[in-house]
Amino acid sequence: MRASCLLAAALTTSLLGSSAIAQTIYPIDRAEILEGSRFDFKVEFPNAPASAEVNVTINGKPAAEVLGRPTNFVQSEEGQKHSALWLRGASLPAGRYVVEATQGGNKAIVNWDVFATTQPRRAKNVILFIGDGMTVANRTAARILSKGWKEGKYDGELAMDDMPNMALISTSGTDSIVTDSANAAHAYTTGHKSCVNALGVYCAKNALTLDHPKVETIAELAKRKTGMAVGVVTNSEIEDATPASMVAHTRRRSDFNDIVEMFYAVKPDVIMGGGSPNFLSKVTPGSKRTDEQDFIAKFKEAGYTLATSKTEMNAAVSGGAKKLLGLYNTGNIDGAFDLRLARKGTISKFPDQPDVVEQTKAAIEMLKGNPEGFLLMVESARIDKYSHSLDWERSVFDTIMLDNAVKVAKDFAGERNDTLIIVVPDHAHPMSIIGTYDDSRPGQLLRDKLGVYNESLPPNYGPLDAEGYPTDVNTSRRLAVVYGSYPDTCDTGRPAMDGERVPAVKGPDGKTNIANEKDCSGPLATRKAGNLPFDSNSGVHAADDVILTAMGPGAERFRGHKPNTFVFRVMAEALALGGK
Amino acid sequence: MRRRSPLSTITRRGAVLGLAATSLFDRAAIAADADTIAFDGLYKSFGVLGFEFSDRVTALRGKEVRITGYMAPPLKPESHFFVLTREPLAICPFCQSDADWPVDIVVVFMENETAMVSAGRKVVVTGRLEIGSATDAATGFVSQIRVTHAAFALA
Repeated sequence: MRASCLLAAALTTSLLGSSAIAQTIYPIDRAEILEGSRFDFKVEFPNAPASAEVNVTINGKPAAEVLGRPTNFVQSEEGQKHSALWLRGASLPAGRYVVEATQGGNKAIVNWDVFATTQPRRAKNVILFIGDGMTVANRTAARILSKGWKEGKYDGELAMDDMPNMALISTSGTDSIVTDSANAAHAYTTGHKSCVNALGVYCAKNALTLDHPKVETIAELAKRKTGMAVGVVTNSEIEDATPASMVAHTRRRSDFNDIVEMFYAVKPDVIMGGGSPNFLSKVTPGSKRTDEQDFIAKFKEAGYTLATSKTEMNAAVSGGAKKLLGLYNTGNIDGAFDLRLARKGTISKFPDQPDVVEQTKAAIEMLKGNPEGFLLMVESARIDKYSHSLDWERSVFDTIMLDNAVKVAKDFAGERNDTLIIVVPDHAHPMSIIGTYDDSRPGQLLRDKLGVYNESLPPNYGPLDAEGYPTDVNTSRRLAVVYGSYPDTCDTGRPAMDGERVPAVKGPDGKTNIANEKDCSGPLATRKAGNLPFDSNSGVHAADDVILTAMGPGAERFRGHKPNTFVFRVMAEALALGGK
Repeated sequence: MRRRSPLSTITRRGAVLGLAATSLFDRAAIAADADTIAFDGLYKSFGVLGFEFSDRVTALRGKEVRITGYMAPPLKPESHFFVLTREPLAICPFCQSDADWPVDIVVVFMENETAMVSAGRKVVVTGRLEIGSATDAATGFVSQIRVTHAAFALA
C-alpha cells in the first residue's frame, strides 16, 4: 500500500524546486550517446518566453533539421515559469554535436559525443554483476573470511579479484558528489549521468515523475536492436533501483507500481527477485498496487513461467523454461547470513528462497541457449542495505555470495571467449577494517578489546562450509570493522545473531533518530554520538571510487580511472549496439 | 529500508506523550468488550501471491475489535487516519522516497481529525473491523484491512 501519486508527487516536486537562470539542455554537456540510441531532447527556457524569442541549433542548423523530425515548443510548460522545446525519441548518427540554445542575449551551449560501435560484435554475452555498495573493505573482509589469511598472504583469491582487467570507477551524479543506487545504476545501463533517485531520465523541471526526458536503457537496446535474451536477477525487491535501472524511466525510484509496468513493457526473459506485492491486483490481500492490474496473470499470458520458491525455480529450469518470473519474497530476499547462520529475517515465512548464486545458475541455464546471446544483470543488493544498518557481517556474507555467483559465471564463460563479465559496485560505503576485537585482551570496554597494528591478530572464525562461508563468526577474536558515518548508535562489537542490526530508531520528536537501546546494554556495548544529520537513521553512501574487475571480449578497455558511464560504453561496444 | 525496533526502545518521554493521549482513553475504555485481534492472527496464509485472512478475522468482519500495534509516522500531526504496524517503523514511508510500507499493516480511520501521538508509540486501537480492498477517497491510500470509527490509547 502506498501513498497516492498526487501526494507523493507534491512532496517530490517541492524537493526539486530550484530556479535555474539559464537555458538548460538535455542531454547535458559532455554527454556520450550511443549512435542510434533513443533519447528525449529537451531545452528549458527560463521566464516562459514565446517560441519567437528563442532559437535552438545543432551544429549551426535548426535542431529539427538535424534530428530529422519537428520539435514541439510548449510555452509556460505545465503552467510553470519556463518554456520547453521537446523532441521525444530522438537519435543521431555518430559524430560531434554542438547544441546552442539562444534566448535574447543569453546563449547556452552543450557538446555531445555520439559514438559508433564497430562491427563485428565481439561479445555474444554480457554478464554485469553489481555489488550494491560494495566498498573495498567488503572485498578485503570477504577474502579474509572466505579464503583465510596467513603471514600476510591470503590462502586463495576471490573469483572477482582473479580477473585480467581492472579500473577505478567514479560514481557521482549530475546533482551531487554522493550518488544513490538509482542514479548509479542508471549510469551503467544508459551511459548518461543523472541525478539522485532518477532512473532512465534526466532530471528536468517536469512536475510528474514519468514525464522527465528519457534515455534508452541497454536492456531496451538489446531487445529493440538484437535478438538477445535479457535477464535481471537480484535479491532485493525487483522494483528496487538497481534491477529497475534495466527497464525504468522515472524521476522517482519509489514508483514501484509503474516500474512493474515498465518490466512488463520491456519483458526481460528472466526476472528474479523479491517484491511481489506490486505485481498483485489491489483486490488481493497483500497487494501494494493502487489499480486492479494483475501482473502475475499478465506475465503468465505473455509466456512466462512463475516461480515463487527455489523448488519452483529449479523445476522451471529443468522443465526447459526460457522465460521466468521468479518472485521469492514479498520484500527483499533474505541475505546469506540469515539463510545460512542466523535463520532470522523472513526465513520462517519464506523457507525456500534461492540465494543469488542459485539464481545466477538458473538464469544462465535458461538464457544460454539463445542463439543471439544474452545480457544478464545480477545484483547482490543487500551488501548495501546491511552496510546502511552498520551490519558488516551480513554485508560481507553477501559479498561472498556475490563472489560465488561470479564463480558460476566464470565457469560458464570458461574458454569460450565470447562472454564479457564485469563486476562492479554502484557506489561505496565508508567502511574500513581497523584491526580485531579480542575478548582475551584485558579491560572491560570495546576499546580495550581492540588490537591494532601489531596486535591485530587474525580472527578465529569457525571453519568454512562447502561454499566458503565461515560457520561461526560470533567467536572470541573478530574483525574490527568500522563505519565512518552513523547516527546516534551503540556498537556491540559482535555480530547481530538475533536479526539485522537496527542502529537507530525514531526519537520522541518524530524527526531526530536516537540510538537503538537494544544494542546499548551488552558487556562491550559502546555508545557513539552520531556524526550524521539528526534525521539520518542509518549509515550513508560514500563518494569514494570503487573497484571494477572484468574479463572477456571488451574487458581490456577497463584500465585507469573512468566515470561510471564508461561501463555502459564498454558493454555497448562489445555488443555492437550502435548503428541506426 | 525498513526498520524494526524492540519494545525497550520506547521508554523515553512517556509522560509527556501521555498527556496528548489522555482524552482518548475514555473512548477506548467504552469498547472494553471488543474482541481482541493480533497481528500474528490476521492471516492464515502469507505468501508471495497474497494473503488469506484468518477465519477469526473473517468472522469478526464488521464487529468491534481491539488490536495493539505501533503508530507509524503519520503524514500530519492531526489526521483522520494512521497506519498501525506490527513493529515500530523508524522511518516515514510518506516522507522518504526509498521507504515502503510493510505488507501486513492495518489502517486506522477515526471519525474526525485527531492529534497523533509520536511515531513509534505502542497503541491500543478499538473500532469496527473492515476487510477487503478499499481506497481512501481523500488520499488514494489503498488498504486491505482497516479499523474504522476508531479510537486509540497509548498501550
